[in-house]
Amino acid sequence: MRKQRRVGSRVFMTLVFLFLYAPILLMIIFSFNAGNSSVVWQGFSLHWYEELFRDRAIMQSFYTTLLVSLLATVIATIAGTFASVGFYSMRPKTRSALLTVNNIPMTNADIVTGVSLCLLFVAVFGLWNEFAANYRFTLNWFGTLYRITLPKLSLGFGTMLIAHITFNIPYVILSVGPKLRQMDRNLVDAAQDLGCTWMQAFFKVILPEIKPGIISGALIAFTMSVDDFVISYFTAGSSVSTLAIEIYGMARRRISPEINAISTLLFVVVILLLAANNIREARAEKALAKRRY
Amino acid sequence: MSKELIRLVDCSMAFDGELVLDHINLYFNDSEFLTLLGPSGCGKTTTLRIIGGFITPTSGEVLFDGVRMNDVPPHLRQVNTVFQRYALFPHLNVFENVAFGLRIGKTETVEKNGKQKKVKAKIPEAEIRQRVMEMLEVVSLKGFENRRINELSGGQQQRVAIARALVNRPKVLLLDEPLGALDLRLRKDMQNELKRIQQQLGITFIYVTHDQEEALAMSDTIVVMDQGKIQQIGTPTDIYNEPKNAFVADFIGESNILDGIMHQDYVVEFFNRKFKCLDKGFAPMEPVDVVIRPEDIEIVPPEKGQLRGTVTSVTFKGVHYDTIVDFKGFKWLIQTTDYHEVGEVIGIVLNPDDIHIMHKSQYSGMFGDYSSYSEEYDEMDDVTMLDEEEDAPREEGYEE
Repeated sequence: MRKQRRVGSRVFMTLVFLFLYAPILLMIIFSFNAGNSSVVWQGFSLHWYEELFRDRAIMQSFYTTLLVSLLATVIATIAGTFASVGFYSMRPKTRSALLTVNNIPMTNADIVTGVSLCLLFVAVFGLWNEFAANYRFTLNWFGTLYRITLPKLSLGFGTMLIAHITFNIPYVILSVGPKLRQMDRNLVDAAQDLGCTWMQAFFKVILPEIKPGIISGALIAFTMSVDDFVISYFTAGSSVSTLAIEIYGMARRRISPEINAISTLLFVVVILLLAANNIREARAEKALAKRRY
Repeated sequence: MSKELIRLVDCSMAFDGELVLDHINLYFNDSEFLTLLGPSGCGKTTTLRIIGGFITPTSGEVLFDGVRMNDVPPHLRQVNTVFQRYALFPHLNVFENVAFGLRIGKTETVEKNGKQKKVKAKIPEAEIRQRVMEMLEVVSLKGFENRRINELSGGQQQRVAIARALVNRPKVLLLDEPLGALDLRLRKDMQNELKRIQQQLGITFIYVTHDQEEALAMSDTIVVMDQGKIQQIGTPTDIYNEPKNAFVADFIGESNILDGIMHQDYVVEFFNRKFKCLDKGFAPMEPVDVVIRPEDIEIVPPEKGQLRGTVTSVTFKGVHYDTIVDFKGFKWLIQTTDYHEVGEVIGIVLNPDDIHIMHKSQYSGMFGDYSSYSEEYDEMDDVTMLDEEEDAPREEGYEE
C-alpha cells in the first residue's frame, strides 16, 4: 500500500517535470540540429546560430530589446526607488493603501495592461495629431520667420518604453520597500544631526543601506522587460519589434529551427539573470545574519 | 552663575491632536548634566527631538542663545545627538562613522559682497584624522578605528556613537536613553564614563532616561516629567528628599505615601496620631500627602513603637530586607537590615526628619500603598520595559 503510494507520487513528479522541462529541453537540443527538421536529429551543428546572427531583422530586434530593457530598467529603478522612499515616510495607513494599488499591475493580466496602454496611447495621439494637423505656428526670431509644424505621433519605440517603465516600477518598489523598512529609522536623523541636508543623507546613508534592494529590483525589472511579449506587442506599433515579437512573427510565417536557437538564447539569458539575483540575495541574507551576531 | 544656552518657552507638541507636551518652560545651562526623567510617553524624548530639530513644536518657542530656532533644520544646529540604539552607519567602519560629521563639514554663514551665503567649510584630512583619533581616545576606543560596526559589542557601539557626536564639538550633547540596550553591569560602567567625559569636555549633556537610579547617579539637575508636564526640577538630593508630589515621590525611589492633615506648622496627623515634622507653610488643617521613605523607618519592639503593625511579607534583597507591614489595613514598605518573621507584630518609630509633607495633587491616592506590592515592584524593576516602546509617536509613519 505504502510502496504503491510512493510509486504513484514518483510518477506524478516525473510527469510534472516532464511537462515543465521536456519542451524546453527539446527546443534546446533541436537548436543544435544540423537539418531543417524539428523531429529528426541530423547531427550537431551551430548552423542555426550562425543564421541567427546573419538575420538582420532578428539582430535589429535584439538591439531594440536590449535598448528598451536597459532604458526602462534605469528609469524604473530611479523612479521606483524614490517612490519607495516616499511610501516609507507616509503614514502606515496611506502607505498600505497605495502599496495595494502598486501591486495590482503585477497581478493584472498582461493583456489587460497591454490593451489599456495601447488604447490610452491611441486616444491621446489621436487628439494630438488632430491638433497638430490643424494648427501651425509661426515664430518671429530676430526678424526671421520660422514655420513650426507639430510632429505627428504614433506607436513606436517611445510608447513601448513608457509601457515597460510602467510595468517595471512596481517590481522595483516591491524590492526596495522591505530594505527601507529594515533600516534603522534613526539613521536618517543621525545623518541630519551630523550636518547632512536631506539629500546628502539620502545619498550617504539611505542609498548604501538599500543598495541590495535596488540592485535586485533592477535585475527583476530587466528580466521582466526582456521577457515581455504581450505588452510590447500592443504598444510597439508596426515599426519596431522586440525579440519576443520577432519570434512570434517567425512562428506565424514559417517554422524555422532559427526559432529554437533564439528562444534558447533568450531562455539562457533570463535564467542567468534570475540565478544571479537569487545568489546575490542569498549572500546578502547570510551577511545580514552575520551582522546581527 | 553659569550661562544659559537653550530655553524652551511655553512649548507644546501635539501628534494627531493628542497633546504630548503641555506648555513646557525649561532652560539649559552651560556645562550642566541635565536629565529628563519620566515614564514612557511622558514627553521626554519629544522634548529632546524638539531641541535636536527633528520636530517643530506645535506652539511655543525654542531659543538658542536667545535666538529663535523653531524652524532651523537639524543640520544647522550646534547640537549633536546620541540616539537610542546608536544609529551607527553599518556600511562604514569605526573611523568613518566618527569622521562622518567632519567630512560633511560645518555650514557657516559667510558674508560675501554684502550678501549672506551659506558655505560648507571643508576640514582638511589631517585635521579630521587627528580629531577622530583624539575622540576615540576619549571614549577608550583607540585601535578600533578599522573595525566594522557589526564586529563591536553593544558597549563599544555606544562609545562610537558618543564619539561620533562629540567630534563635532557641539555646545550641547543630546542623549536619548543611550544605555537602554546595555546590560546592568555595563550600564553602571558607562554611567561613570559618561560623567567623566562630560566633566572632561565641559559641555552640556541633556540626558533622557526612565531609569531613576541612572538619573540620580549622573545628573546635576533632574527634570521629572509625566503626562507632558514638568513635575519637578531640582538637584538629585532635592528631588529625592523633597519630592513635590506623589508622582515624584513614587517615581524616584520607594515611598510610603499616606493621607494626613497638617494641624499647624511642624505638626501633622495621620493614623489618628500627631507627629512632629519639619515642614511648615501649609494652611491650618490642610489635607496633605505624607511621604515616608522605607529606609528611614526604624523597627522597635511593639510596646515601644509609635505605631504597631503585623509583618505580611519579607523579601531578601541583599543589603536589606523588604518588609511589608500592615498598619490597620494600609501596607507599608520598610527596608531594614534586621529580619522580622511574617506574622510578627512590630512597632515603628518615626523621627521628625523622616516625615516629608506634600500638597495634595492629581496624583494623590494613586501611589505609595504597598497592598499590591509584588506587581508594583515588578514594574519598577523592569528596565527593559521601555526598550521596545517608542517614547513619542513619530511625525512620519512608523512600523516595525
